[in-house]
Amino acid sequence: MTAQTALFDAPGPRARRRHAVLTAVGGVVALGLLVLVLRRMADAQQLQASLWSPFLTGTVWREYLLPGLWGTFRAAVLSVLLAGVFGLVFGIGRLSAHRTVRWVSGVVVEFFRAVPVLIMMIFAFALYAHNQVFDSSLNPLAAVVTGLTLYNGSVLAELVRSGVHGLPRGQTEAGLSIGLTPAQTLRSVQLPQALTAMLPALVGQLVVVLKDSALGYQITYTELLSWSKILGSAYTNTIPAYLVAAVLFITVNYALTRVAGLVERRVARRGGRAPRTTAGEPAVLQDATAT
Amino acid sequence: MADVLSRYDVLGAFWTTIQLAVLSSVGALLLGTLVAVLRVSPIRVLQLLGTGYVNTFRNTPLTLLMVFSLLGATYILGLSLAADIGANAFRWAVVMLSVYHAAFVCEALRSGVNTVPIGQAEAARSIGLTFGQSLREVILPQAFRGAVAPLGSVLIALIKNTTVAAVIGVSDAAGLMSEVVENETGTVSVFLVFALGFVVLTLPLGILFTSLSRRLAVRR
Repeated sequence: MTAQTALFDAPGPRARRRHAVLTAVGGVVALGLLVLVLRRMADAQQLQASLWSPFLTGTVWREYLLPGLWGTFRAAVLSVLLAGVFGLVFGIGRLSAHRTVRWVSGVVVEFFRAVPVLIMMIFAFALYAHNQVFDSSLNPLAAVVTGLTLYNGSVLAELVRSGVHGLPRGQTEAGLSIGLTPAQTLRSVQLPQALTAMLPALVGQLVVVLKDSALGYQITYTELLSWSKILGSAYTNTIPAYLVAAVLFITVNYALTRVAGLVERRVARRGGRAPRTTAGEPAVLQDATAT
Repeated sequence: MADVLSRYDVLGAFWTTIQLAVLSSVGALLLGTLVAVLRVSPIRVLQLLGTGYVNTFRNTPLTLLMVFSLLGATYILGLSLAADIGANAFRWAVVMLSVYHAAFVCEALRSGVNTVPIGQAEAARSIGLTFGQSLREVILPQAFRGAVAPLGSVLIALIKNTTVAAVIGVSDAAGLMSEVVENETGTVSVFLVFALGFVVLTLPLGILFTSLSRRLAVRR
């Protein structure tokens, strides 16, 4: 980690003593916080074995948690696929030689990036329900996927654009000089490189989508969070149910973040370069800011 | 569009959104700076605490934190932050928004520190600056300038994420929109009123931060 070496000298004897003291203080504070939380939970009778033992039975997993995970994954995968298409279309639109196409794509992308996903979901849900676009049982899923697709598609469109802009100029010039049209250059020279460079960001975006699918809770889409609420009332163990759901979310997302990092290193080794913003932070991490 | 504006308190709802955003961004900045200090400190235990915090809250859905704050913390653990139901929900929303975004603030600040090349620290030491001087005069000024752009994206995300507070009944923009949609059926104009509200809140900030980060960028 460069931060370490830039910020601190190699410790001498006095600094090492100070570090030892701070290590002890840090450990005590952390343990104290943990004890405080556990005491609070014990006072509210939340540590009883009867509240936690249901998670060791197959029924809870089969009837609540796995359907919840399935709901979350179903919405996430559908959204990522559709967002990929949306991102490709509008990303290419923003690179178009026609000013109108470029302008319209720019407005669409900027608009959907600025509007909160929840607002889009509530609107899509009302719209579908009112016009009976889908079978009524499909409305929540459709609304969740719509909201996630529009937002994440716009983020991906920006990534396509920055990926193409990040390529060395010589690539375009070489394409044009061997007689390809600008469109052909884009299709067979620029996009393949930009998309490979985008791959880690795409995996990173999956984390955002997975987390955002929990917003479906508000519009009655039954994903992991809703199922853990139902589980909590069925077994009267609300707090354990939410904690288990949180652990599931954290595990899946942490694993996905690691995969994104692996893919990024692989792409970098092959000479590609992930799209980066001005601050030098990989785009993956920055856009993971959304819910 | 005018119909919705006249019959519902849209401006009041957006005022709640702005209050949520301002209070939580202050909270997130303070907490996030603390976590960033832990993460870049030379002490292993503190680093682990910081990393644990970031990995936990960056990977948990904000919706889950919100729902937990009400159904778990308030009702079962008895951690009520105000006697009034509405005030309790609002305060918990501020707490959860701060806690969640602190993880991203920490990462933004850390990425700022990471933009400083090691050569800068080595140069500072070799001209005889003390540890404190080299941090104050050489490293932190560059680190803060490098963190402007990522902090801007965190702030914009925070403003949009205030809508999640609607899940626990805070009557912000998204809460009011649910109400309008239920009463009136969702028309495109209702959507546009609320969507444009957020465009107005976030777009100028985006432009401001982009130009700031360009102007402040350290030329290397």
